Amino acid sequence: MALLEVRDLSVVFQRRGEEPFIAVDGVSFDVEPGQTVGLVGESGCGKSVTSLAIMGLLPKRGAKITGTVKYDGTDLLKLSDREMRDRRGRDLGMVFQDPLSSLNPVVPIGLQVSEVLERHRGMPRKEAMIEAKDLLDKVGIPDPNRRLKEYPHQLSGGMRQRALIAIALACRPKLLIADEPTTALDVTIQAQILSLMKELVQDLGTALVMITHDLGVVAGLCDEVNVLYGGKVVEKAMRHKLFAEPRHPYTHGLLASIPRLDAEPGEKLTPIKGSVADNIPWSQGCAFAPRCPNALDVCVQVTPAEEDQLGRLLRCHNPVVPGTPAAEEVPV
Amino acid sequence: MLRYTIRRLIQLVGVVLVLSLLLFAWLRVLPGGPVSALLGDRSTPEKAAELTKQLGLDQPIYLQYFKFLGRALTGDFGVSTGVQPGDSALDIFIQRFPATLELSFFAIAIAIVIGVPLGYLAAKRRGSWFDNASVVGSLIGVAVPVFFLAFVLKGLASSALGLPSSGRQDAIDATRVTGFFTLDGMITGEWDATFNALVHLILPSIALATIPFAVIFRITRAAVLDVLDEDFVRTAESKGLTAPVIRRRHVLRNAMLPVVTTIGLQTGALLSGAVLTEKVFGFPGVGEALAIGFERRDYPVLLLLIIMATSVYVVVNLLVDLSYALIDPRIRTR
Repeated sequence: MALLEVRDLSVVFQRRGEEPFIAVDGVSFDVEPGQTVGLVGESGCGKSVTSLAIMGLLPKRGAKITGTVKYDGTDLLKLSDREMRDRRGRDLGMVFQDPLSSLNPVVPIGLQVSEVLERHRGMPRKEAMIEAKDLLDKVGIPDPNRRLKEYPHQLSGGMRQRALIAIALACRPKLLIADEPTTALDVTIQAQILSLMKELVQDLGTALVMITHDLGVVAGLCDEVNVLYGGKVVEKAMRHKLFAEPRHPYTHGLLASIPRLDAEPGEKLTPIKGSVADNIPWSQGCAFAPRCPNALDVCVQVTPAEEDQLGRLLRCHNPVVPGTPAAEEVPV
Repeated sequence: MLRYTIRRLIQLVGVVLVLSLLLFAWLRVLPGGPVSALLGDRSTPEKAAELTKQLGLDQPIYLQYFKFLGRALTGDFGVSTGVQPGDSALDIFIQRFPATLELSFFAIAIAIVIGVPLGYLAAKRRGSWFDNASVVGSLIGVAVPVFFLAFVLKGLASSALGLPSSGRQDAIDATRVTGFFTLDGMITGEWDATFNALVHLILPSIALATIPFAVIFRITRAAVLDVLDEDFVRTAESKGLTAPVIRRRHVLRNAMLPVVTTIGLQTGALLSGAVLTEKVFGFPGVGEALAIGFERRDYPVLLLLIIMATSVYVVVNLLVDLSYALIDPRIRTR
């Protein structure tokens, strides 16, 4: 049985006097124990909302969540606030995007790590501090004894993210959700943080849901990849398969828009046309159709269904033929 | 930190010097004067001239000022001509300041104890009827003039509840130790004296607390609203921490900086003399002395009290600035 089973998860934001906004539209995916699964897409595709819905961190008012999120067989969405509080930090950990704003500026690092241990493992403060020191050491923060007493502003960006990872993994959760953990960091630090995460989840046997817009992160880390567009999964496959043969025009476009070091000088990038519309309707045709180079008439009339093609899930009427080079060049 | 504190205290000396000069000139410009106030209807030109000479008011104003400065350095601030004629101005301050301190303490305590939790709850339930009602309530708190509220409390509450509405303590035989009547009784074991002083404080401190309460409430609410949107609160939630820990350690500790500033400024304002409230309730503090001093043109008392009020205000502000470092480590390490 999968560790995490997300089925038909939908999140609709409804504000008084405004049109309901469908942020996540029937997303399903599984995470096996110890597996790393990527959720990939542009900003606004619903990947962060998906993670917050799993963690139970969406506002109680104004967000309507449907579907099931089964963790070890229990539907997290049906748990009470108190039961969910007991699980967050113990069974599920989360690492956020901006390490500076995600740490409390007026509380020493040590306490921010040890408070999770005090809460979920019932450790007294002293014991939790010793464990916190070990954790900081484990995530590669030098001189952890000194750092325990320091405040977030005294740490570098990379070290802050290491501290956040230590917090998320303090109680050895079986599932870690990382929401763009490297986006706010320097490129050199990004690589360090990614290899640290890879190492830690392997050592601890933690399953990882990696949320990113960066296919480079996916390539280095994920076993399975879900590509999201407009709140729906448009393509799902194992990593090698997806990179070798992207079939959905959106996936294809994402891969084609990555600058490559081995490109000829003067060669143009091929970005995806346009940008994500505010409220993408899947009710009439494919939401990606307006930006899609492969769009047919049927694409704007009939919503494509999810099809299983030899271990690959695809939601497209006119997928990219394997081997097609980057779509037509668009002058930048 | 020490150098900073010393620099601020030296600045205070400059502030006091300039202020005393301005006050000296300004008080002399006011129509009337101690002579006519003292003599009243019995004034004749001869008597007036004699008293003017006796008080040293016939000399050029700059001479008067330098004489004042010279005497002030020895601790002599002159003799009251109106508030408590014959008493030294300094004695009047020393005798009345504890009363104002006591009253301000209770007023600000009421304002904090109600304002901070209410502000937190209102922010937490943003947009609810509770939030809206308390925002409107705080508006009323700011808008109702203190003298009006003081009169209402004096007229209605004191007769309905049987609370005393004037003075600091009934004429009971109590031993004086510190000048703080509520403390004196505790020290000497005269609990009835403490109780009596406390009962006298109820109505004036409620009247005095309304504006600080309203300001503290609104600042707390705004600060908590800001902090609740911060990423680190979401991190705290993602750790599964209990609600009290999140509230105390993650929300309130961050929201406290502006709140502490406000509390400091409000305390400073109260300590500088709650003129209206003390006058209405006949509370023998600095504020009442200021009111009487202006009526009777009591130059020495006014001068000293206003200078002391200013100094207290500056010192309280300094304490607020220093407290930042305690609350916010980002300021401490800079």
